[in-house]
Amino acid sequence: MSTNGSVIRIIIDGKEYLSRSGVYLIDVARENRIFIPTLCNISGVKPRGACRMCTVSVNGRYMTACTTPVSEGMEIKTNTPDLHDLRKAILEIMFVEGNHICPVCEKSGNCDLQALAYRFQILVPRFPYSFPKRTIDAENPLLVKDHNRCILCKRCIRTIKDEQGRSFFAFRKRGHKLEISIAHHLKDHLNKEIAQRAVDVCPTGALLKKESGYNIPISERKYERTPIGSEIESLKQSVIGDQ
Amino acid sequence: MKDLFPDTADELEIGEIAYQDTMIDTVNAIIKKYDHNPTRLMDILIDTQSEFGYIPPPIVAQISRTLNISIVDIEQTLSFYHFFSAKPTGKYTIYLNNSVIANMMGREEVARTLEREAGCKFGDVSADGLIGLFSTSCIGMSDQEPAALINGKVFTRLTPFRVKEIIRDLKAGKRLDEAVVEGLGDGANAQPEIRSMVQNNIRKKGPILADGYKAGEALKKIVKMKPEDVIAEVKLSNIRGRGGAGFPTGMKWEICRNAPGEEKYIFCNADEGEPGTFKDRVILTEYPKMLMEGMAVAGYAVGAKKGILYVRYEYTYLQQHLESIIEGGRKKNYLGKNICGKEGFDFDIRIQFGAGAYVCGEESALIESAEGKRGEPRDRPPFPVESGYLEKPTIVNNVETLCSIVKIINHGAPWYRSMGTKESSGTKLLSISGDCKYPGVYEIEWGFSVNDVLEMVGASDVQAVQVGGPSGTLIGPNEFNRTLSYTDLSTGGSLIIFDKRRDLLKDVVMNFLNFFIDESCGSCSTCRNIPVFLRQKLEKILNARGVQKDIEEMLEWSKILKASRCGLGLTAANPVVTSIKNFRSLYDKKIQHGKDYDSNFDMLIAVKESCDAVGRVPQMS
Ligand SMILES: Cc1cc2nc3c(=O)[nH]c(=O)nc-3n(C[C@H](O)[C@H](O)[C@H](O)COP(=O)(O)O)c2cc1C
Ligand code: SF4
Ligand code: SF4
Repeated sequence: MSTNGSVIRIIIDGKEYLSRSGVYLIDVARENRIFIPTLCNISGVKPRGACRMCTVSVNGRYMTACTTPVSEGMEIKTNTPDLHDLRKAILEIMFVEGNHICPVCEKSGNCDLQALAYRFQILVPRFPYSFPKRTIDAENPLLVKDHNRCILCKRCIRTIKDEQGRSFFAFRKRGHKLEISIAHHLKDHLNKEIAQRAVDVCPTGALLKKESGYNIPISERKYERTPIGSEIESLKQSVIGDQ
Repeated sequence: MKDLFPDTADELEIGEIAYQDTMIDTVNAIIKKYDHNPTRLMDILIDTQSEFGYIPPPIVAQISRTLNISIVDIEQTLSFYHFFSAKPTGKYTIYLNNSVIANMMGREEVARTLEREAGCKFGDVSADGLIGLFSTSCIGMSDQEPAALINGKVFTRLTPFRVKEIIRDLKAGKRLDEAVVEGLGDGANAQPEIRSMVQNNIRKKGPILADGYKAGEALKKIVKMKPEDVIAEVKLSNIRGRGGAGFPTGMKWEICRNAPGEEKYIFCNADEGEPGTFKDRVILTEYPKMLMEGMAVAGYAVGAKKGILYVRYEYTYLQQHLESIIEGGRKKNYLGKNICGKEGFDFDIRIQFGAGAYVCGEESALIESAEGKRGEPRDRPPFPVESGYLEKPTIVNNVETLCSIVKIINHGAPWYRSMGTKESSGTKLLSISGDCKYPGVYEIEWGFSVNDVLEMVGASDVQAVQVGGPSGTLIGPNEFNRTLSYTDLSTGGSLIIFDKRRDLLKDVVMNFLNFFIDESCGSCSTCRNIPVFLRQKLEKILNARGVQKDIEEMLEWSKILKASRCGLGLTAANPVVTSIKNFRSLYDKKIQHGKDYDSNFDMLIAVKESCDAVGRVPQMS
């Protein structure tokens, strides 16, 4: 077994790469301009493997790239037809599980879920829509939480805490009844800066700021300019072009 | 399944529930008992629930203030476990098992009688607040169903007649103890610490269940050995974990021993949640000393001083019994400091109860739960042997594994390997239930065929056997010559037998799907949703609306679960996949032939609500 940090060799999609052992696979891939889609991972934050989008095959077994540290000799496949279809299926799951309203959603164009749906060219999900009855929690003076658009990625839970380390967000219930709850008793600790961070960290339109909206005009939003993944892959293009 | 964690705050109006200020003092005392330690939140909630019968918001707020953690961090644990409730659940809370076996043994009639006699529906509390009726997943009594828990006390072999008696007694103000009129169970079940009507039903004894076990023998032997040599002996025995996953125990111990760190932990997994399994309950009842001795041996071998026995909530009726055994072990110096006179061999055990969640049997979820959190499995690596309880190296072993270790130490690895098969050494406890004459616990050598088992338990006219519980395999007669072993039919020990009267799709597969849907932790997008989609498909097929394509899609969609984090999601489609594989004709009989597509749209259902509202009878055709 190699100790963390030592230089190792791994194979990604048939090509050999050098890396440091112990680094998460998704980060190694990114450094090497290989885009592995994810909805729950945030670089630099302890991963949680919730959305399962970054599933890859490691030595023939499915593993999530965001939670798997690389080690010597790993053989990784990131994009077989099976994996592609699996990811597409997972995206479809998220669309039928909630109530998504892309055409009128403030996050449209800035939303990771929508951007990935375009990338995977989803037209009609294979699963039946569940049209769940979900609520909108607007009790907080700065934030609106729309359960309809929440994909339960846990990003808000993992990153947004108050000055004493207490949680603003947490899971509630389990299974298909799982939802995010907000700590209303801590509302005085949730200032504008934290609210902004919460909105930014949410991959969808499930967390939105009150009193301002639709600030960025259509056509100038993030993924309208650079499709998701292209910031990683375009680097690849330029490098190959350089060679 | 009940949903006692209300959907909106409005349902929690304090006015309607009997909240009293004095409750605050009580909960403060409970928190103090656990040293204001947030990692003991499970115990704090368990004690609070058992004190008041529910945990209302003002109490949650108080715990939040005292521990200085957010209310939502308490609610996430509270709302995760089946046996916690934010609303009152009645002076007598009845949890009736809804496993497939309970249904086969007459649950439906029992349930209807309960509703009639109590005067409320399942999921509700009677108007006078006396009785609450709820369903729950398998409670580990499959050989004596239908069974229920009433305020933690087990009532087995229920009949409509008995239900009437029990409810009449409770209404008349009798104590719960007085409502038990069948007499007490066999063996330790009758002892004052347990006093339960549960039966052991031990039908076949082997080395583990043999009479004549003397506590402390293995400990006296190992204190003369080096820890490395104890591990070597375990490795030599070839024993693999008996909890289902089958990981080689010696290797697990070695990795943990070599893991850096002074502080290490030994967990005994007594969560026993796989429907149809109950053999660990029998060990906890009759052989708890052996199991605790096994934990101490593990502690010695890997260098751990603390053990945690994680027991499912359903077995809280054994609490006093287990605690008195631990106390006795300390008195005899089999637990505590310098065990058996060996300088520096310190090991002690605490019990951690769960609160109703099958997924907590998964080792990393078990650890999360023991840390006071939701039972959400962790991402691996790191594995518990490297970073487990409180991020320290941790061994998790099944009850039966630890008992087998004691016998291996006492009689030697070669003796152990002389039993079973080459790859699967030793014996296995089976929990056998369903359609057979002699349900109960059997200790067999690995290598028995399913046919051997069926003959042994007096089963005839067998249509199918579910090997390994819902997460296992449903097999038919053409496979009954297969053998129980790690290389063929691997199992944690649950075998459920179905004779020809049973409707495998409606009664079995559907029940198992509901089980996985109820028990998923919900963290993976796949496991949270795919079983729900599969249930919709199966419903469609059972309603005679299915077509060929539905069966194919069920198989396709099942594959998506392979991207799930833990064994629950990974196996949740097994009932569907193995029943399609082995009983395809049952599906073919139910679907519509000569039709490629059916939208499953029913006009009558679609317009029902509006018709009801305006009092109109829909005119079809
Ligand atoms: C959903 C799920 C439930 C489990 N339940 C149990 C259980 O009740 N008891 C048990 O010993 N192992 C259970 N396991 C297996 C444990 O994760 C673990 O492998 C086992 O406790 C290790 O002990 P062993 O090596 O002695 O078998 C479960 C696994 C999964 C995925
Ligand atoms: S609110 Fe947003 S960040 Fe939080 S879990 Fe839902 S989708 Fe993820
Ligand atoms: S597979 Fe299911 S039970 Fe296991 S971690 Fe994922 S959601 Fe939870």
